[in-house]
Amino acid sequence: MTNTIADVEQADVILVTGSNTTENHPVISSFVKRAVSFKGTKLILVDPRRIKLADFADKWLRPNPGTDVAWINSLIHVIIKEELYDKEFVEDRTQGFEALKEMVEKFSPDYVSGITGIPAAHIIEAARLYAGAEKAAILYCMGITQHVSGTDNVKSLANLAMICGNLGMPGTGVNPLRGQNNVQGACDMGGLPNVFTAYQKVTDDDIVKKIEKSWNVSGLSNKPGLPVTEMIPAAHSGDIKALYIIGENPLVSDPDLNHVEESLDNFDFMVVQDIFMTETAQKADVVLPSFCFAEKDGTFTNTERRVQRVRKAVTAPGAARDDWRIIAGISRRMGFAMEYANASEIFDELTLVTPSYAGITYERIEEEGLHWPCPTADHPGTPVLHSRGFPIGKGVLHAIDYIPPAEQVDDEYPLYLTTGRVLYQYHTRSMTGRTDGLNERAPESFVEISPADAEKYGLKDGDRVRIASRRGEIVARMTVSEKAVDGTVFIPFHYAEAAANRLTNSALDPVSKIPEYKVCAVKLSSAA
Amino acid sequence: MTENQVTINGNRFSFEPGETILDVARRNSIDIPTLCHLKGAAPTGACRVCVVEVENARNLLPACATPAQAGMVIHTESPAVVTSRKMTIELLLASGNHNCAVRESDDTGSFSDFQLRVQQYDHSDRLCPVWGDCRLQDLAYRYQVSGRAFPATEVKYPLETVNPFIVRDFSRCILCGRCVQACNEVQVNNAINFGYRGKDSKIVAAGDRPLKDSDCVFCGECVQACPVGALVEKDAKYRWRPWEEEKVRTTCSYCGVGCQIELHVKDDKVVKVTGAEGVAPNYGSLCVKGRFGFKFINSPERLTSPMIKENGEFRRAEWDEALDLVARRLSEIKDTYDPDSLGVLTSARITNEDNYIAQKFTRAVLKTNNIDHCARL
Repeated sequence: MTNTIADVEQADVILVTGSNTTENHPVISSFVKRAVSFKGTKLILVDPRRIKLADFADKWLRPNPGTDVAWINSLIHVIIKEELYDKEFVEDRTQGFEALKEMVEKFSPDYVSGITGIPAAHIIEAARLYAGAEKAAILYCMGITQHVSGTDNVKSLANLAMICGNLGMPGTGVNPLRGQNNVQGACDMGGLPNVFTAYQKVTDDDIVKKIEKSWNVSGLSNKPGLPVTEMIPAAHSGDIKALYIIGENPLVSDPDLNHVEESLDNFDFMVVQDIFMTETAQKADVVLPSFCFAEKDGTFTNTERRVQRVRKAVTAPGAARDDWRIIAGISRRMGFAMEYANASEIFDELTLVTPSYAGITYERIEEEGLHWPCPTADHPGTPVLHSRGFPIGKGVLHAIDYIPPAEQVDDEYPLYLTTGRVLYQYHTRSMTGRTDGLNERAPESFVEISPADAEKYGLKDGDRVRIASRRGEIVARMTVSEKAVDGTVFIPFHYAEAAANRLTNSALDPVSKIPEYKVCAVKLSSAA
Repeated sequence: MTENQVTINGNRFSFEPGETILDVARRNSIDIPTLCHLKGAAPTGACRVCVVEVENARNLLPACATPAQAGMVIHTESPAVVTSRKMTIELLLASGNHNCAVRESDDTGSFSDFQLRVQQYDHSDRLCPVWGDCRLQDLAYRYQVSGRAFPATEVKYPLETVNPFIVRDFSRCILCGRCVQACNEVQVNNAINFGYRGKDSKIVAAGDRPLKDSDCVFCGECVQACPVGALVEKDAKYRWRPWEEEKVRTTCSYCGVGCQIELHVKDDKVVKVTGAEGVAPNYGSLCVKGRFGFKFINSPERLTSPMIKENGEFRRAEWDEALDLVARRLSEIKDTYDPDSLGVLTSARITNEDNYIAQKFTRAVLKTNNIDHCARL
């Protein structure tokens, strides 16, 4: 997030898109709902499903899945045409405005209405509302990113925020809501194929030299590695022979599971380090038991870049070990000593090679976490990014054209499928599935369908239906719901027994390599 | 007299316009007891526990709902205040099943009958489940009062236990409204509110249905806000007492909000989770997963030993054997093919320290940049 969670409450307008906030980030949704209910904030919701937040929205725009660039460009079209944009901000702090203006010219509300299904008048009203606000915040999540155009979608939202000067102040910003407890930290720590910690590029020879010196090693690779969505399929080609998986369950979470399953079988050697015998762990050659969060010391970094303490509360079961200790044990056996007494010593080391964390110590975050960048010991942290400038100088406005989703509906597969999550379960349920009460509230997978579509296919609420894509099929119970839009069904991906990811398309965004979970084509039939 | 100053218990304090008497007092470490007051919600003045005496005012005024005004002379523990608070507390103690020892401190004669009645309602022979962790009990002790002063009132509504997380005990509800505010003003789930009137008053979910059939999303904000034993975590009820536990502050391990939580630990097991009050980013709020989804920690299905697969079956192994095997196989593959034939998936679930070590190992030892995690999934 460019901004903090709490400063959402200071916005005059909040635009939420591709985020089912009340189910996936319930505590953040409270900030939004409070702002709308008690502070006069206006909410623009753009989402194909009639999610709970629609009850709080002043404007709810319902786009066809995978048409985000089109509606965002259309908002920009209206804002430029009606001269509602922040001319000073555009002039002083951005570049590329003319190219953007030229690109959005064709995205008139009427034209875009045909692509997105959003009435032209709604696009115009939403554009005026967003641009008219003194402070407007954008919140988005995987409904924006999990598309072949995911990167384009995010850049388009950034365009929208920048032309309206909605950056660098409390109550503004472009705010991705990150899904996992430490996904921000895993990225910050260089758990990515192209960067070391703090996004220092592996292709930059000076950086490589600096890290080699700090770690006292030589021969670090300056060739970017493969992202997860290419690493697992690389088992087929034999390019990857061995995979070491820590705390992940790709056999439920990854797209096109039938293919993933074949890939995992193809590895010469697979290690899984986890707290449970997950679906993925069962495929491993060696399984290593690790600590869960309640058993370890360390830090997590949340979605607002706040580095916070994790503290040991209980003893881990049996012979389980802390994740870093397990890896250090293997490292030592491979001839590279990693000796640390505790997590605190590791943190001290990582701050030396991570400029954005350099000023953070356990002592400073004892009571409350600090937002990175926090470069020095006396730096107060940075709750709001880009308040004076962008790291690259002027913010780049990207002229982006609309591309449709990778898979379209046709006669054989006439419905769109979009996947997501439910409040009571988390990811592949390896944790939430162990609390009976959560299972009681959300016991099994389901296919959410609109009343009109249910009637069209002659199916009733509670029916068991077979749902198939070009890649696989599953059977699940049907839920007829007003949340669903005609022509699109929704399935939560949590449940291994009826895994939505047997159906999903592994088509990737060319830049971020994120799979298009949010759109694929399926067909339905009764499984009775 | 200087503008924007009040006198509390003989000392002068300045205030910001808009501050209540309670705000000024708290800021200056003057203890005014409260029961219904909920931080972050509009004050209601419903319980009357926080009343103070303001000179020249006709009545005692609720400190939580009365704005400070220039020149006010306030007494927070004057005889009139104490008399009023005592009666308020006595009335609350008399209404319902407040079977803590306080109730019968000078009333041994009828406690047995009372306790028997409560046992029938509770289906338990224990005292109140929040004994020792109750704001009403604290106040009764502080002001040395019991429930004997007024006749006990009838308990109208049965326990609600038909959901997996929250026990609603209407016999111990004092109708302070904190849960209603927590639900409507803090979490804005709008699931519960006051229902019925007068002596029939009850906190109801829409249409007086069980929580499980309402808009309730089981965030548990109401449980954390309840000052008495009316809302209790089902799993924690009778399982622990506050003095048997240790609280450890940490960060929730579900989504990326990073809620600050307190793990309540008894006998090396997590028995309950609450939101850490007053600190960012969640200021005490949690969701159903963070508050109630902690059973996995102590699950019997946890992995407890390294496992090595042989002929398609896993067998338990010692750490040395497992780590030797992993190190040997990774080295073989690295040497036979090349470093880029190895890959590591680190995790969005583990700590920064773990991730740092995982990528250092991948880059410095395996000599590849094939490291990623499920940020995209």
